[in-house]
Amino acid sequence: MPGYNNSFRVMVNKEISDHVKSWKFIIIVALILLTTFASIYSILNLIKNNAGAINQGNNFLFLKLFTATTGSMPNFMTLISFLGPILGIALGFDLVNSEQNKGTISRVLAQPIPRDYFITSKFVAAISLVFLLIFSIGFLVMGAGLISIGLPPTLGEFLRIFIFLFLSGVYIAFWLNLGILFSIIFKQSATSALASLAVWLFFTVFYSMLVNITARAIAANPFALRSLTAALSRLSPNYLYNELTTILLTPSIRSLGGLSFEQLQGAIPSTLSLDQSLILVWPHFTALIAASLICFAVSYLSFMRKEVRA
Amino acid sequence: MAETIISTRELTKKYGDLKAVNGLDLNIKKGEIYGLLGPNGAGKTTTILMLLGLTEPSSGSAEIKGLNTTRDSIEVKKFTGYLPDQVGFYNDSSGKENLIYTAKLNGLDAAAAAQKAEKMIKMVGLDKVMNDKVATYSKGMRQRLGLADVLIKDPEIIILDEPTIGIDPTGINEFLDLIYRLSKENGITVLLSSHLLNQVQKICDRVGIFVKGELLAEGSIKDLAEQLLEEKEINLNVKIKDYSEQAVEKIAELDEVLEIKEQENLLDEIYQNYFKGGEVDARL
Repeated sequence: MPGYNNSFRVMVNKEISDHVKSWKFIIIVALILLTTFASIYSILNLIKNNAGAINQGNNFLFLKLFTATTGSMPNFMTLISFLGPILGIALGFDLVNSEQNKGTISRVLAQPIPRDYFITSKFVAAISLVFLLIFSIGFLVMGAGLISIGLPPTLGEFLRIFIFLFLSGVYIAFWLNLGILFSIIFKQSATSALASLAVWLFFTVFYSMLVNITARAIAANPFALRSLTAALSRLSPNYLYNELTTILLTPSIRSLGGLSFEQLQGAIPSTLSLDQSLILVWPHFTALIAASLICFAVSYLSFMRKEVRA
Repeated sequence: MAETIISTRELTKKYGDLKAVNGLDLNIKKGEIYGLLGPNGAGKTTTILMLLGLTEPSSGSAEIKGLNTTRDSIEVKKFTGYLPDQVGFYNDSSGKENLIYTAKLNGLDAAAAAQKAEKMIKMVGLDKVMNDKVATYSKGMRQRLGLADVLIKDPEIIILDEPTIGIDPTGINEFLDLIYRLSKENGITVLLSSHLLNQVQKICDRVGIFVKGELLAEGSIKDLAEQLLEEKEINLNVKIKDYSEQAVEKIAELDEVLEIKEQENLLDEIYQNYFKGGEVDARL
């Protein structure tokens, strides 16, 4: 049906322009840009002075732009894993309940549009903004690197960064969808914001503690302890994302867990190729996309079943 | 006899054990103004939501122009306008921008939407403030903007849920006049819900009295009075020239009169009169 697609586009356009004009978006973007530039500046200084020492024989100097740390400033990878969820939550936490409180939702739904346009247009608008933002910042960082180091990235490096940026978008989408879900469940925007932040804080701060306590209580030997800790930790999206990006951007990491002496026997200490790195993190990749989709599916369902009253 | 445009059969909505709407049979004819009159919580809003397919009936069905309102709600909403009781706008945008958005959702392109929005805003008399942010509008202005928003899709049917809540008496009269004129000039069918009889009777051709999810009585105001008030005591206001004890006594002598009371809320009467545009004596 032709007319519907048009109204979907109108709704997405409106959502995007609302986001871009809103103060919370401007503030978060400013925050991300500032920290990124500070981080890149210090890393570039570091690389300029000690390029040889950092590189240590392998050819992935360009990736160091994203992963090297100077001690005072966190690197780009850490920045995104920290600020990304906040960006997602900020974009999502009041999408539905603010319209309900304003009373605009029943007016919009009284127009001849399918009901799910309301929720999907919000999702599409926010997610395209997230990807746009992440990719522009990522490419800016690459550009800054190119200009100051003068060393172009190899295709492998470029692809690694590209996949890393894409996954960062997926990771932020998870938090965005969590925010949308809470904005449907809770009537007050403040409650849904706090609830989303509480989940985020739980996974960043407390979850690893809980995992340690549980694993130590259950595990019989050190090997079991390690595999149990890893298995439990991977239930957290933060851990998944960190592990994933670390492996993707650090080709010299060859395994997720420990390697036995038999496995190391005769191994050549070299880096992994891109497809090998990808095989290593494929489960993470799937899990992250799945978590993000489940969150959206739940919010979609609960929105469709919700009765809309003014 | 005009054709029936809105009809419900055994329409029922349950919330747990509570029957918000119970076996409602409603027939509204093309071009008439129908008033759904009932106290708060009678199920008026629930009925309206079911008519627009915004909530599903537990049993029974509703049809608008022969289309099932649950299954074909998108079709139905193409020619049905709905003004919710707490109409909301995007406060950071101007009134015109809000209307343009609605027009676009109804399939108009940008240029046609802007033109239409301006026309509607002029029609409801908000042309002076159309580029101001909605946040600065008064309740009455919002309600009029809401009406413009409903009219922008050239509806055949308008459903208004408690449209006069929160507007001052002058505003109410202007607003109801506007609805009446629109309906009669353009042949628009209007379904209006309210809990205030005096508003409903001003403009409605027919009224349904709706209590606890059921339709108690239906008909024109005159029929209703006969249906409901037969053999019952009613209070009547009598206007008399040159108030005197004798005049009151004369009235009291009539067989039908049970009791005569002096007016208590004189001040309220004056206040009402003031809003109707009458002169108020400063000395009172």
